[in-house]
Amino acid sequence: MVQSNGNSESFVKIPKIKFTKLFINGEFVDSVSGKTFETIDPRTGEVITRVAEGDKEDVDLAVKAARHAFDFGPWPRLSGFERGKILMKFADLVCEHVEELAAIDTIDAGKLFSAGKAGDIPHAAELLRYYAGGADKVYGKTLKTASQHQAYTLLEPIGVVGHIIPWNFPTGMFFLKVSPALAAGCTMVVKPAEQTPLSALYYAHLAKQAGIPDGVLNVITGYGETAGAAISSHMDIDKVSFTGSTEVGRKVMQAAATSNLKAVSLELGGKSPLLIFDDADIDNAADLALIGILYNKGEICAASSRVLVQEGIYDKLVKKMTEKAKTWVVGDPFDPTVHQGPQVDKTQFDKVLSYIGHGKREGATLLTGGKPCGERGYYIEPTIFANVEDDMLIAKDEIFGPVMSLMKFKTIEEAIKKANNTRYGLAAGIVTKDLNIANTVSRSIRAGTIWINCYLAFDASCPFGGYKMSGFGKDMGMEALEKYLHVKSVVTPIYNSPWL
Amino acid sequence: MCIYTKKELHSSHMLSEIQRTESREQIAEQSMTARRVSALLCRSVLTSSVSLLARGNNTCIGGLCRFGTAAAIEEPINPAISVDYTKLLINGEFVDAASGKTFPALDPRTGNVIAYVAEGDAEDIDRAVSAARKAFDEGAWPKMTAYERSRIMLRFADLLEKHSDEIAALETWDNGKPYEQAAKAEIPIMIRLFRYYAGWTDKIHGLTVPSDGSHHLQTLHEPFGAVGQIIPWNFPLLMYTWKVAPALACGNTIVLKTAEQTPLSALYVSKLFHEAGLPPGVLNVISGFGPTAGAALANHMDVDKLAFTGSTDTGKIILELAARSNLKPVTLELGGKSPFIVCEDADVDNAVELAHFAAFFNQGQCCSAGSRTYVHESVYDEFIEKAKTRAMNRVVGDPFKKGVEQGPQIDSAQFEKILRYIRSGIESGATLECGGERLGTKGYYIKPTVFSNVKDNMLIAKDEIFGPVQSILKFKDLDEVIRRANATPYGLAAGVFTQNIDTANTLMRALRVGTVWINCFDVFDAAIPFGGYKMSGQGREKGVYSLNNYLQVKAVVTPLKNPAWL
Repeated sequence: MVQSNGNSESFVKIPKIKFTKLFINGEFVDSVSGKTFETIDPRTGEVITRVAEGDKEDVDLAVKAARHAFDFGPWPRLSGFERGKILMKFADLVCEHVEELAAIDTIDAGKLFSAGKAGDIPHAAELLRYYAGGADKVYGKTLKTASQHQAYTLLEPIGVVGHIIPWNFPTGMFFLKVSPALAAGCTMVVKPAEQTPLSALYYAHLAKQAGIPDGVLNVITGYGETAGAAISSHMDIDKVSFTGSTEVGRKVMQAAATSNLKAVSLELGGKSPLLIFDDADIDNAADLALIGILYNKGEICAASSRVLVQEGIYDKLVKKMTEKAKTWVVGDPFDPTVHQGPQVDKTQFDKVLSYIGHGKREGATLLTGGKPCGERGYYIEPTIFANVEDDMLIAKDEIFGPVMSLMKFKTIEEAIKKANNTRYGLAAGIVTKDLNIANTVSRSIRAGTIWINCYLAFDASCPFGGYKMSGFGKDMGMEALEKYLHVKSVVTPIYNSPWL
Repeated sequence: MCIYTKKELHSSHMLSEIQRTESREQIAEQSMTARRVSALLCRSVLTSSVSLLARGNNTCIGGLCRFGTAAAIEEPINPAISVDYTKLLINGEFVDAASGKTFPALDPRTGNVIAYVAEGDAEDIDRAVSAARKAFDEGAWPKMTAYERSRIMLRFADLLEKHSDEIAALETWDNGKPYEQAAKAEIPIMIRLFRYYAGWTDKIHGLTVPSDGSHHLQTLHEPFGAVGQIIPWNFPLLMYTWKVAPALACGNTIVLKTAEQTPLSALYVSKLFHEAGLPPGVLNVISGFGPTAGAALANHMDVDKLAFTGSTDTGKIILELAARSNLKPVTLELGGKSPFIVCEDADVDNAVELAHFAAFFNQGQCCSAGSRTYVHESVYDEFIEKAKTRAMNRVVGDPFKKGVEQGPQIDSAQFEKILRYIRSGIESGATLECGGERLGTKGYYIKPTVFSNVKDNMLIAKDEIFGPVQSILKFKDLDEVIRRANATPYGLAAGVFTQNIDTANTLMRALRVGTVWINCFDVFDAAIPFGGYKMSGQGREKGVYSLNNYLQVKAVVTPLKNPAWL
């Protein structure tokens, strides 16, 4: 890999941070305790600013505002079309501030500025527009009953929703959760990750500007054990939607079960396999494998962290990938020539390095990388391990960093078995030109998304979510809108109907 | 067709909302404010329409009483707009007809010429189809992402909003409909529909399908290709929208033939559509006559799908031409003789107002007009008296004048036809309660006309009159009214007025029609499908249903080797 020593100020003017307080009932307010916490620039480890630290009392206030907005406010009583119009405006406002928002996510999360500007932020607006257009397309059904009854279903917004979102895509995750819930007519309390609280607060400000009524969208910055726990155990939240690790997902579900049995959807970890078959185009396969694991510094739940390669193509592919990985540029995420920025914080940085240590000790072959990059910040070299066995820690655990585990297989059956040999089931990739392999393997892998000859190909209309311990409930697509609606059946007797 | 419910209904709706709130015991000031905001946001169109059309028993507004004043009709208000687009729109450009011929677009207030418009014929249809064909086979439109298509449609909606005053004025000038109706209801609904279908573009999903054997099955929903659309003159822009918006959302290209009575507004808005980024050739607009341009389109071997709204007689010709040429699939939205049933327990004042609205809205020129008013014998006399009073209070006059409820009929042919039907009603023994003649000496104004004692076998109870004529019939019991309401070749819509849930449930299933409005009429939400049973047509427009008109389903099948499951 190459290291870029750019100075970010020479690329982009770092924006002044405008919003650092909690957003409750349409106002930016201090936390009840008055406490604040630091948010850190992962490029340097330096403090960007201090942000209000929400806790249980603040969550209570936010839920109260959301409850009132749902029970008495206009939002769920607007037509879907009117809600859609406001969401369209929200999307336009997001697009108007694309540079500033991309820069905020870059300093807060270490994400590539160019990717934020061309990808994360515009895609978030696109997702918002998708659901804006979907808000008036929520259809119930009239039903064929077995008796003399007229029956139909109404799809109603579920109520007050708690969203707990992670730090790897501060913008993408925010809109993944908030857009369908808003379109459905819900009100909500969003808790962004403590590592990346800044853009969510900015979006709260834009939501207000767009005309989303006070109390509909509340943002509480803070920690999982305090604010997050208060959301998942709250008696007056009707639904909690969480994206994060499987360990924390379990706690969220437990809290929901022991409080008010609120509905839960979980989008959790993964150890997604990318299966490359003998007939694959080597160049394309190498690119997909590298992008799959290195995109967003490997901090993506769907990362292709296990690359399974058929023996006939294995040597050539490994050579190709190693060469390509060495041209990968790690450095300041504001530098447009850079491919990879720093890991989000010291904890993650240490964790990834410790897994690399495990890999070495467990006997996997380190082909490239394996070390921190530069003296400052949390940069890690793109790392590839070969000869990884199914029972090694680096083949089992979600590392959430730029670390690929390469494995070899002989037959399709073996590939399927290896691919399914995990407690996760978020996504998988298949690289082959053979239609039968593509069809068989795509049905055999127990995962929520299968990418054939592509990887990380997200689309607003494609539902995304896990099998097994990768969670349940889908984000994106019209399925996500249904997640924030519940179904009411209405039944009335009929007399002398000419048909049944 | 129309968009309004009436004032009383609206207020009773509001009232029930308020009562519901009260029963919750908590009427926080804020919640009431929120409700008002909500009501305003939700019903801005309805609210404006309320002050406009549904004004019940008032007698005099702004000096315009009972059928208007002669002055309003004799001296037409000059609309402050110019007519800039009169040529055919082919491949993104305005061009003369191949023959060089033109025809006059007439002002129905006076019969005077507004402008001369290029007259398309078979050769122009050929040119337009070949442009549409090329735009579909080679062009960007079906190949761009659905999201990009939606952005262009949304930009078009924004432009419509920006120019809505001019568009509404042009519509009124060419068609004779009240300006306030065009400006406050029809154009906003047009905009809303384009936004609605923009939202569908990226939600057109096929299915993956379970198979009996070891096969993987999936369906792809694909656009037809070059679509032909023929629209009527009664709602030039709304009919344009019902056709164009879903066809484009699905990725088709279009040749649209407008009615010869109302060619102007479609040309104007299509120009805006191109400004919004619509690629050339995707939407071609041909002005001209049915027997020439319309027939050429229906008969064309290279048009993949046809959609028509108009009379049942013309619909038959269209279907036959499609069958004789390339078997193109056809959507038809045709005539109606829709019953409006007032049961004994109905709120009579409410029913009178909505029955009046159902019969007279848009000068009675609605395919869904409630042209047979069936009233239960127990409320019949009271109903007749009130219906007559309401009709006599209807404000007829220059459609540009504020407060006018009814303008002129579209043209002299319709005008004469309606007067013939009125004569037939009198001759066949129906009681003429009011109206029955033209208003003024210029243009095509007809006094709101109410007949009572109408019998099922009279021509005025059987034929679609398409004018401001209400026929009131008496009935005794539910079975009888069901039988009589269904005894028609038409099946477009029906209105049911009752407070009894069992009566409502029985009627809504027993009536053989495509739309049943219960305690309302002519409610046209973007999401509500509209279309006919029986000889009122085939296919449904609006809502998710209209997408089916413009998509064909491709099944894709491939064998599965050792599938993990079936």
